[in-house]
Amino acid sequence: MIQQRGAPMPTNGSNAPNNAELERLRGIARQMRRDIVLMTSEANSGHPGGSLSAVEILAALYFHFLKHDPENPSWPDRDRFIMSKGHASPVIYSALARSGYFPVEELMTYRKLNSRLQGHPKHETPGVEVSSGSLGQGLSFGIGCALSARLDNKLYRTYVLLGDGECDEGQVWEAAMSAAHYKVDNLTAYVDRNGIQNDRFTSQVMELEPLSDKWRAFGWQVFEIDGHDLAQVIDATNQANAVRGKPAVIIARTVKGKGVSFMENNPDFHGRAANKEELPVALKELENG
Amino acid sequence: MVQKVATAATREVFGKTLLELGRRNRDIVVLGADLNKSTFANLFGKEFPERFFDLGAAEQNMMSMASGFASSGKIPFCTTFAVFGTGRPFDQIRVSIAQQNANVKIVCTHAGITVGEDGASAQSIEDLSLMTSLPTFNVIVPADGPETMQAVQAAAETKGPFYIRLSRSATPVIHNESHHFQLGKAEQLRDGSDATIIACGILVAAALEAADTLRQEGINCRVLNMASLKPLDEDAIEAAARRTGAIVTAEEHYIHGGLGSLVAGVLARTEPTPMEFVALTRYGESGKAEQLLEKYGLTAKHVSTAVRKVIQRKR
Repeated sequence: MIQQRGAPMPTNGSNAPNNAELERLRGIARQMRRDIVLMTSEANSGHPGGSLSAVEILAALYFHFLKHDPENPSWPDRDRFIMSKGHASPVIYSALARSGYFPVEELMTYRKLNSRLQGHPKHETPGVEVSSGSLGQGLSFGIGCALSARLDNKLYRTYVLLGDGECDEGQVWEAAMSAAHYKVDNLTAYVDRNGIQNDRFTSQVMELEPLSDKWRAFGWQVFEIDGHDLAQVIDATNQANAVRGKPAVIIARTVKGKGVSFMENNPDFHGRAANKEELPVALKELENG
Repeated sequence: MVQKVATAATREVFGKTLLELGRRNRDIVVLGADLNKSTFANLFGKEFPERFFDLGAAEQNMMSMASGFASSGKIPFCTTFAVFGTGRPFDQIRVSIAQQNANVKIVCTHAGITVGEDGASAQSIEDLSLMTSLPTFNVIVPADGPETMQAVQAAAETKGPFYIRLSRSATPVIHNESHHFQLGKAEQLRDGSDATIIACGILVAAALEAADTLRQEGINCRVLNMASLKPLDEDAIEAAARRTGAIVTAEEHYIHGGLGSLVAGVLARTEPTPMEFVALTRYGESGKAEQLLEKYGLTAKHVSTAVRKVIQRKR
């Protein structure tokens, strides 16, 4: 069974999602936030902040755009989603479970011995395209997928999610240069611009701005959006997918820890889970949010 | 003496083999890093430009991209010099390829000190240690041109990640065209009961020359060509140790982590045996290949000396 037939290729902004579709996706996003907070809390480790910031991007991709088949994860014509910022594994595990790749209950095995849900993604997990966690490698991998599609005259599309701190890695820019050189226009990249990396705010660790100018200078078409506004995520993705002759990147301005007040914009929750006292507070906020 | 009737640069044999494979299999793609004339990958690139990707001096991108190609059904060959194709992108090889068990073939030329005049930064003497440390990788060091052709074909036909190590200089041809390389199998080139020389790459020819010299002194050596470092033919190593009671390993690599270390590991577990190591013990320098082999102790003469020494230690 092929789930989530993708939206047809847009030619203009006329295929904006209707309110019912947006409401459906918002509901999925709420569920994903609960999954992320619960599974990291159960594991008492993991990276909730950068998972929560990417929820709308993954909700839009997995439940609106991707042509994929959870019963046949290696279907050759599937769209590819590459989780380059591998530490945010909870958000992709939630999306995969809610898509039907494995039971939702399995999320509670995250980071535990003998689990298929490793701390950082491994390709053995159904639906995970590539092992990641060492930053900077996913865009290169995605370009390989996209160039294969071109060689085989296949129509699948490759989506890659990068972190903003990840853009410190030199390999990201090697990949960016090569995607423009080879005019890779069947790939869409996202940068989860939540402004926080492991130690501190990105502006304190390593200044990334002007980030959009950097991507433009490397030959990419750049879209800048509010990464928590599902309508904007969908609209920008449609526009990015329509770009021809060059690669496209969506810089999604997001809030680290989005949806849980004490996690929001708090570097502490890059790599720490809600403890027993914090968990009920977080869940309650997400219910009301 | 070994009849050095012919020599061939293994890298040139590689380029021709790759082109032939490309004609037979449309899934083969080749990635290069701005050294495609030197690696002879440009032979493939000229005939199949649409399946050839020069990524510039950006080896990290090349390795992860190759894994993306492999995940979509392609058989990517990554080509560059050994020093740029192993140490520099090691983490990309580890995470994007090895942990993924991706069907990527890394074929590196200009390995070892025989790269010559370019000096120490260009001389890869750590690559076998790095590449054999990766649990899913196959690692091959062909002894000559015919074996290079066989090894490259085997890599293309066998699922999983491969590292093949080739040289810059012309290498004596010791095999005829009917040679059949087998992954994970040692090749016995000489038999003898006094000692065994286990060699790989360009040191195989030196080992044969040493064995011939030693025979004139009444020392009979078994010679094993251990082109397949991983998987390693542990049975052949154990059998050689039981039969001859003394082992010399010979390789154009740092003494740590290469063929000698692998053989010693097997013997420690199976048949503890006196060993000598013909290998590099420090970084190289600029010079002609033959000058460097002499200065750094990697000639037939040095192999012979090691055999005489290890025989003194036999129990």
